[in-house]
Amino acid sequence: MSEPVEPDTSRRLSRRHLLWGGAAAAGVGAATAAGVSIVGGTSGSIAPTSSGDATTAGFTPQEAFEGAVPFYGAHQAGIETPAQSNAVFIALDLRDDIDASGLRRLMGVLTDDAARLTAGQPALADSEPELAVIPAQLTVTFGFGPRVVELAGKAAPSWLGPLPAFGIDQLDPAYCDGDLLIQIGANDPLTVTHTARMLLKDARSFALPRWSQSGFRRAAGAENPAATMRNLFGQLDGTGNPSPGTTEFSEAVWSTDVPSWMEGGTSFVLRRIAMDLDGWDKIDRLGREETIGRTLDTGAPLTGTVEGDEPDLEAKDRLGFPVIPAFAHVRRAKENEAANKMFRRGYNYDDTVLTGAESVSNSGLLFAAFQADVDKQFVPVQKALDTLDLLNTWTTPVGSAVFAIPPGCQEGGYIGDTLF
Amino acid sequence: MIRTKKTFSLIAVLAAGALALAGCSTTASTDSDDTMESTATTLTTSDTWVKAIDSGMTAAFGMVENPTDHDITIVSATTSASDMTELHETLENESGDMVMQPIEGGFTIPAGGMLMLEPGGNHIMIMGVTDPILAGDDVTVTLTLDDGSTLEFTAPAKDYSGANENYEGDDEMDMDHGDMDHDDMEMDE
Ligand code: HEM
Repeated sequence: MSEPVEPDTSRRLSRRHLLWGGAAAAGVGAATAAGVSIVGGTSGSIAPTSSGDATTAGFTPQEAFEGAVPFYGAHQAGIETPAQSNAVFIALDLRDDIDASGLRRLMGVLTDDAARLTAGQPALADSEPELAVIPAQLTVTFGFGPRVVELAGKAAPSWLGPLPAFGIDQLDPAYCDGDLLIQIGANDPLTVTHTARMLLKDARSFALPRWSQSGFRRAAGAENPAATMRNLFGQLDGTGNPSPGTTEFSEAVWSTDVPSWMEGGTSFVLRRIAMDLDGWDKIDRLGREETIGRTLDTGAPLTGTVEGDEPDLEAKDRLGFPVIPAFAHVRRAKENEAANKMFRRGYNYDDTVLTGAESVSNSGLLFAAFQADVDKQFVPVQKALDTLDLLNTWTTPVGSAVFAIPPGCQEGGYIGDTLF
Repeated sequence: MIRTKKTFSLIAVLAAGALALAGCSTTASTDSDDTMESTATTLTTSDTWVKAIDSGMTAAFGMVENPTDHDITIVSATTSASDMTELHETLENESGDMVMQPIEGGFTIPAGGMLMLEPGGNHIMIMGVTDPILAGDDVTVTLTLDDGSTLEFTAPAKDYSGANENYEGDDEMDMDHGDMDHDDMEMDE
């Protein structure tokens, strides 16, 4: 049998996978086995290579699934990281008796879980270790509501708390607020689910789920990963975003004017926005494009030819009317561009249709935006859209939450350690 | 004394697949652990954790590797969580149940081998816990090895509700350290 030479790290990984896996199998009931326990012989004797595994023979997973995103760093992953195909946003409420030391223990446990799982390794005490082996660019991002900051006895950023009420809002408390946010993203839905389960189990003695919202984009590998996502109205959604890796991105996203524990952090706004797909069906293509100010096929502004063209808000047609109408979403959203842009990293949702309902969709956008300052970036845009935006005809905010995303941590530290 | 794995009554039987893989990889001559082996002097631990518990009995788990060129026996252990610690093996009794009991002579880890401490398998039993071990707490575990040296590691506590476990000879063994009912290993939800 020919053995490919593999780097030690991957070999160690697969060995651990195997051992945890084997152990789990034995625990379930192998009558002949007394648990996989002590393995002797030369050091090589317990090192499987991936080529030895029948299920992986002749199969090379793509980077989108095999790849792991570094967990540790100055900033948390899952923000500047290219958006994965699947995500779940979970808000938890701390149990009443949790104090600052409980909070530290909680974040220690969750950080350890996240660090292992994002590396494609089972969490400690992972009861389904086999579900952990496909990292699929998994990221886990934590955010804090006001109560967490208060428990730690630190000053909160001025913008941390519920957003002002907007006229378009029809908020359901079941999708609002929370003490602790966990954003989980990966290119594999099973990886997302396993990660969520592991973290929720480990959080259970400290905090209980308040809401959980799952979203999706196109499957990884289905299109160029650099492509802008499409929402359920068929629009390219995210074109105007600052590009990850640029100064523009850093300035838009990483908070500076904040208490020191938040330096390197950012803010997160999640708006659950119901989209009336049945109503949208009735609008012709031209109407749809004018609603946004961009075309549906390429996403080019109505004043341009390719997606990357800047919308020209001054351009007029032959009759002297603005090419991008006064009510267009893009025009309204650009109204307050004096401030930095926000970074939108949303996901589509498509929930169960209600039995017997006239509407055959229960769908929308998990509008997720990161920005340095909620009050300076998100709120002015939302206010402008609240005042005038034809898109509001078919979109309704039904959930709303704001979290402070603390900076990343180094190995040995934990997310939120700057609070203590 | 007890230095070879033969002395274990419980020799681990790997799950069939694992065994096949293990056998297959012995042929690998390009093992980069070889370099490590020549300089290593003692055991290494990884993925260690303790099951969170309010009081009573719990256990420490993890992987202990012996990267040295000689067998090493863990003869005893102590922890920061209580004054009572035992090394336990899990094996099948006459009626086919998996039961746990203190292991005679300790755990011997062959040169280049490893020991998995895990729920439902071998573990470091921590008894007589009076102060709650809360999830996220760190428990310090100190292993004493057969050459008299000690090895210390930290194990974070985790909530865990898996692996039903039974204690061998609840009535025949003299358990003067109180409640040995392994049902205590079950978390209250
Ligand atoms: C379901 C609700 C929404 C839909 C379907 C939607 C859709 C779109 C589309 C298609 C674009 C043009 C392409 C792009 O730049 O991404 C756009 C741009 C934009 N939207 Fe939205 N949007 C929604 C809600 C919001 C909300 C709530 C905000 C902020 C409060 C917002 C802020 C923006 C911004 C800042 C731009 C970029 C403008 C530019 O710089 O060109 N959108 N949106």
